[in-house]
Amino acid sequence: MSTNEWSVTFEVFRQKKGQPAHYDEFVMKVDPDEYVLDVIERIWAYTDRSLTFRHACHHSTCGACGMRINGTEKLTCITPIREVTRDGGKVRVEPLRNFPILSDLVVDMGEFYLRLDEAKFPQVATLKEACLPFERKQQVREDGNFERLVDCLECGMCISACPVALTSPEYLGPAVLAAAQHALHQFNDKSLFDYVDNQDGVWRCHSAYECTAVCPSNVDPGWRIMDLRKNLLRHQISKIFSR
Amino acid sequence: MKNEPNSINLLRWFDPRNRKLGTWAFILNRITALGLTLYLFMHLIVLGTLARGPEAYDNFIKLAKTPIILIGETLVIAAGIIHGLNGIRIALNSFGIGTRYQQQIFIGLMVVAAGCIAIFVKSMFFGH
Repeated sequence: MSTNEWSVTFEVFRQKKGQPAHYDEFVMKVDPDEYVLDVIERIWAYTDRSLTFRHACHHSTCGACGMRINGTEKLTCITPIREVTRDGGKVRVEPLRNFPILSDLVVDMGEFYLRLDEAKFPQVATLKEACLPFERKQQVREDGNFERLVDCLECGMCISACPVALTSPEYLGPAVLAAAQHALHQFNDKSLFDYVDNQDGVWRCHSAYECTAVCPSNVDPGWRIMDLRKNLLRHQISKIFSR
Repeated sequence: MKNEPNSINLLRWFDPRNRKLGTWAFILNRITALGLTLYLFMHLIVLGTLARGPEAYDNFIKLAKTPIILIGETLVIAAGIIHGLNGIRIALNSFGIGTRYQQQIFIGLMVVAAGCIAIFVKSMFFGH
């Protein structure tokens, strides 16, 4: 920890049910090396007990504290203040996009979790599958690193960052399509092709790759969507020739 | 996710703030697609006027040589080149090719696009 003390203005999105949205400003004395979530907790603890936000683990394991910091999706528990502002600067804190807002910084993730279930994503991985040697069938990148969907925190930041999800609420979204790709690869469940082969599925993606850019677990949903497309095309073409 | 409908979200497609290169590609593809679609309709309307006889054709040729139309044609060619090359990136990615290098592919293709547009501008404005 540094011994510096910065003065930073936090502009926090506020909206309670049925009320108009606005921003509240909180001028906070902060250590630049502490995390954004620490300051949000301090605002709640000492200044405004009506502020609502989600958090749990404080070490990027649960994915609960995903928010937009100065317009970009971040896990606030691992985002140092010095990474997003300067002494005398501002930090704008907003809820994730593309989810219904429940209260202040809390969004409704219910439908997202249901869709993950539909894509056969095991939200609780068994110890055998979560630990070395990783998943049943390993996917290895060109650089030798492993692809591990089991690392997905279900934080929803990829859905928030996706420009297509801005205007297509029915779009399954990056995390769900990544889950389908994973299930297909691991369990060869071909019924998932029907789940993703539609206008709100794998073809809705417009290759902006914002999902991959914001993913805190390096799950690379963009690559997974394209892999799913490739396998779907292969499946469709093989169906034509097997008639 | 089932969010409340918000027409402002459509405009946010074109907001590149806090976004990465992939969104610039996304925005460019949308703008060029809209431009090319608009051009197609204008083109059909102009073709319709040619059916009015030789005088109408001569008048159109005179109009086509004015600087505003030449700039417009340059924009159409630029849009076609950018949209086409960006489309190659998306098609390659959709076949699982170069997904991890999509940013580098985009930059490379846009450099090619800039070169093609420069050649076209040179021949169109300074070729005679």
